[in-house]
Amino acid sequence: MVEPKIKKSLHKRNDNLSDPKEQLRILNNGLFSGGELPTFKEKIKESGYATFTPKALEILQINVGYMCNQVCAHCHVDAGPDRKEIMTRETMQQCLEVIKNSGAHTLDLTGGAPEMNPNFRWFVEEASKLGVKDFIVRSNLTIIRANKKYYDLPDFFKQYNIHVVSSMPHWTRGKTDKQRGNGVFDASIKALQELNERGYGMPGSNLKLDLVYNPSGAFLPSGQEAMKKEFKKALLEDFDIQFHDLFAITNLPISRFLEYLIASENYEDYMYALVEAYNPAAVANVMCTNTLSVSWDGWLYDCDFNQMLDLKVASKVQHISEYNEAILQNRQIVISQHCYGCTAGAGSSCQGTVA
Amino acid sequence: MSKTYYDPSDLRKFGKITEWSEELGEKFFEYYGKVFEEGALSAREKALIALAVAHTEQCPYCIDAYTKDTLERGVTKEEMMEAVHVGAAIKSGATLVHGVMMMNKVNKLDL
Ligand code: SF4
Ligand code: SF4
Repeated sequence: MVEPKIKKSLHKRNDNLSDPKEQLRILNNGLFSGGELPTFKEKIKESGYATFTPKALEILQINVGYMCNQVCAHCHVDAGPDRKEIMTRETMQQCLEVIKNSGAHTLDLTGGAPEMNPNFRWFVEEASKLGVKDFIVRSNLTIIRANKKYYDLPDFFKQYNIHVVSSMPHWTRGKTDKQRGNGVFDASIKALQELNERGYGMPGSNLKLDLVYNPSGAFLPSGQEAMKKEFKKALLEDFDIQFHDLFAITNLPISRFLEYLIASENYEDYMYALVEAYNPAAVANVMCTNTLSVSWDGWLYDCDFNQMLDLKVASKVQHISEYNEAILQNRQIVISQHCYGCTAGAGSSCQGTVA
Repeated sequence: MSKTYYDPSDLRKFGKITEWSEELGEKFFEYYGKVFEEGALSAREKALIALAVAHTEQCPYCIDAYTKDTLERGVTKEEMMEAVHVGAAIKSGATLVHGVMMMNKVNKLDL
């Protein structure tokens, strides 16, 4: 049985940090001893970027709800079983209209655990009829083993040729369970084996299975390629599991990860580490430049992180119901101190290292 | 002013060492950077060696830096502690093996 270390979302606990404004206040004013950290705006200016503006839209990321079967300590969504925000069929219908007409070639469904939205399967069926090139579902793996009604998810994914991107904190039980709750490792291993059985992640298979690695603590990920090798070796030797790619992602200092950073007195050091690891080469490839993020209630954001901080797109068009790509492409991307997380080291986006 | 000899935030200022002797400082950092590049040994293996040496050198800054560095590379705490034991074993072995020198000297001097 999966047993989370923290039991409730910030939202449910009525914690101050459940208010995006409070998070932004901390990010902007810091718990610093006065103006030591350069603002992200200043920093990108030094690298020759006055602002961020969108390139051609490639990825539409849709967050179909904050409900999740896990309560991971680092969750930037503040997701959990106690979150009830769920995208309705009506909003999904609006998304389908947009998918049909937008220039995006990749559809990326996320949550929470997107599979927990009761309209999830209907949406996948409808969206796949529209012929997106790459149809990604962000699965936390344990959902496949959480309840009988999800046991057939691997078959369902296969039927629609879904590209499964799964979070896997580490190739060892200890590190994985510490970040995500007791039992998560064993359930994830079982789920990966089931995906492999359907052909997912096998060499040469077009059923794509990629893993996402986030550090399980107040440190940055390093060496995506080396990490991928370690994961591949260990999972194959220990559990006969295969997968295609591994993306290493930096934890952004927002939501429950921000809570953890403050509580463990790591916030200041972590922010310094992000600023120190600032890599001008990563700036050109931050994911907000080719992505749009849609929230469960249809609002539009530059990325999933901005969504959680309630920083809506700086555009006349702010809701999926009034979607207009030409107008949206003219916007400036909304940035703040959390953006340092996307430009640290090799840089990372929802697709992993970018530079 | 901190009342201890070591201040953790000094580690962040390490790069400033070049300010008072730019050429030598930069040469050092260039060498240092090269040493830790992926080579015949992987960067991960080098980080574990550095962690063990940091302990035998008992440099708090290096312990701080390489604990973080190994964590960043996905090294587990069991692996980290084993590396420290390797350092400790070499250090104690090195102490003990000098005992042979002492024994030689005693044998020479003692009637
Ligand atoms: S990190 Fe993912 S799996 Fe964990 S609580 Fe958040 S949405 Fe759920
Ligand atoms: S946090 Fe969002 S807006 Fe900021 S750089 Fe990253 S992707 Fe772009």
